[in-house]
Amino acid sequence: MSRPGLAALAVLALIAVLAMVGPALWTIAPEATDPVHGLAGASAAHPLGTDELGRDVLSRLLWGSRVTLLVGVAAMIAALLIGLAVGAVAGFKGGWVDAVLMRFTDGMLAIPAFFFILVVITVLGTGVGTLVLVIGALSWMPVARVVYGETLRWKEAEFVLAARSLGVPGGRLLARHILPQAIPSLVVSATLGVAFAILTESALSYLGLGVQPPLPSWGNMLQRAQQYVFTAPVLAIYPGVAITVVVLAFNFLGDGLRDALDPRRRR
Amino acid sequence: MVVFASALTFFFVNLAPGGPASIMRFDVTAEQRDVLIRAMGLDRPVPQRYAEWLAAAVHGDLGTSLLTNEPVSARIADRLPNTLTLAGSALLISILLGIPIGLVQAVRRGSPIDHVLSLASAIGLAVPVFWLGIVLILVFAVSLHVLPSAGVTSVSSDTLWDRVTHLVLPAVALATTILPTVVRFTRSSTVEVLHEDYVRTAASKGLAPGVVIRRHALRNALIPVTSAVGALVPRLLGGTVVTEAVFGWPGMGRLALEAAQGRDYPLVTGLTVVIAAIAVGASIVVDLAYTWIDPRVRLQ
Repeated sequence: MSRPGLAALAVLALIAVLAMVGPALWTIAPEATDPVHGLAGASAAHPLGTDELGRDVLSRLLWGSRVTLLVGVAAMIAALLIGLAVGAVAGFKGGWVDAVLMRFTDGMLAIPAFFFILVVITVLGTGVGTLVLVIGALSWMPVARVVYGETLRWKEAEFVLAARSLGVPGGRLLARHILPQAIPSLVVSATLGVAFAILTESALSYLGLGVQPPLPSWGNMLQRAQQYVFTAPVLAIYPGVAITVVVLAFNFLGDGLRDALDPRRRR
Repeated sequence: MVVFASALTFFFVNLAPGGPASIMRFDVTAEQRDVLIRAMGLDRPVPQRYAEWLAAAVHGDLGTSLLTNEPVSARIADRLPNTLTLAGSALLISILLGIPIGLVQAVRRGSPIDHVLSLASAIGLAVPVFWLGIVLILVFAVSLHVLPSAGVTSVSSDTLWDRVTHLVLPAVALATTILPTVVRFTRSSTVEVLHEDYVRTAASKGLAPGVVIRRHALRNALIPVTSAVGALVPRLLGGTVVTEAVFGWPGMGRLALEAAQGRDYPLVTGLTVVIAAIAVGASIVVDLAYTWIDPRVRLQ
């Protein structure tokens, strides 16, 4: 894989390790408030300072990384499953099923997703589970298109026709012979999908519609930080840098994987 | 397309658990609830109500806001110009900056400039819009005091210049939602066009490199860029929700946020439909731009 791709992988591995063991090593509770020492600068007790309620910023960043990464990965898996189902069925069945499902996909792509997210949250309310489903339900379209394209490309291939002539049933044909061909493209979509999901989660949490306090996420840490932008500007810096680095790493990893898995794109 | 968006929204809102029927607060009695449900027409089947809603919507009646009792269409019309100004400026910035940057990268492919600009657009893709907005406020409003941080105008002076200064930061922040993608598309399509035979012919007959790029390469390179911009408009419009929240911009995005927080179903539905209509309108404009850039389309 390309050097940026490998560097991105190393960064992500480091962040994953921090998210897993960080909260165990840095034992200040992310919810522990200390209003007297609110908005304090960096000190030995709080290396990154405290927020407006005196909560330790380092601890919230570490715990927040768990929430942010878990929501990102879970939402990507949801998007992958929906996209896989829609794309595979549309491509394999063809005919009116294909027409209906792919028109639906195009329609979903043309609606400004964020407004529809607001509609869904208006009805279902906020919560981590809802958040994962909402992001998944609004980002499966690119996956569906990729799977659709691959299914169309391979369903008439000779090895598939051979399997079909041996009497392999449709579902098995799809699962064992056609969809494995789509795995390289799906790996790329999934990687880029995590980046998109993390960006969406952070934006929704910033708006107060995503992860709810006191549970920390990088997005909801920024919600309050904006109010204190005059008095404690660094509060707004750390979570934003964290989000940018993680999303950047996922994007680089996705691009690196695409080049590595698709020989035609190598130059 | 607009009908698709409205149907999706309407049915979702009305069929999901926790829909309009459950918004009645706990302190109402069963009889009061019945009266309310009948008054709002919630006792009739959803498809029938959708048909009635659609028939009214065609005539510009999107229902009544639950929070303020004003007509939804009036509340949206109030905010529409602000959102169009913001999104239009952001689109303009993305096109006027994105195409030249992509062009420079393609012409100087592999050079340090190309690498620096590629890295910049990669970062641009990764930065959350709302955070970029906060950073812009931090730099230009808090530290340098050169631009205002929120609102459409100042209270004291409502001049054109005042409005422009208020527009700069939100428009720049919103533009970053699509600018890096415009740059990438321009770069890759120009790189491809520069390998074409007609470009080599033009160069080999002794035309200056600038002329080759402007007269021969650019127009062909812009064709895929145009359709990419069209596909990016929904993302740009979606970005208005966050951008308007950061900068206190009184547009449709912030209205949608308020509607979502207040569970104002008719308002949220109306907003989604109007935004979808704007997205469709934008794609029609893009199609027109297409025929202007590529005369071959006109012949068909």
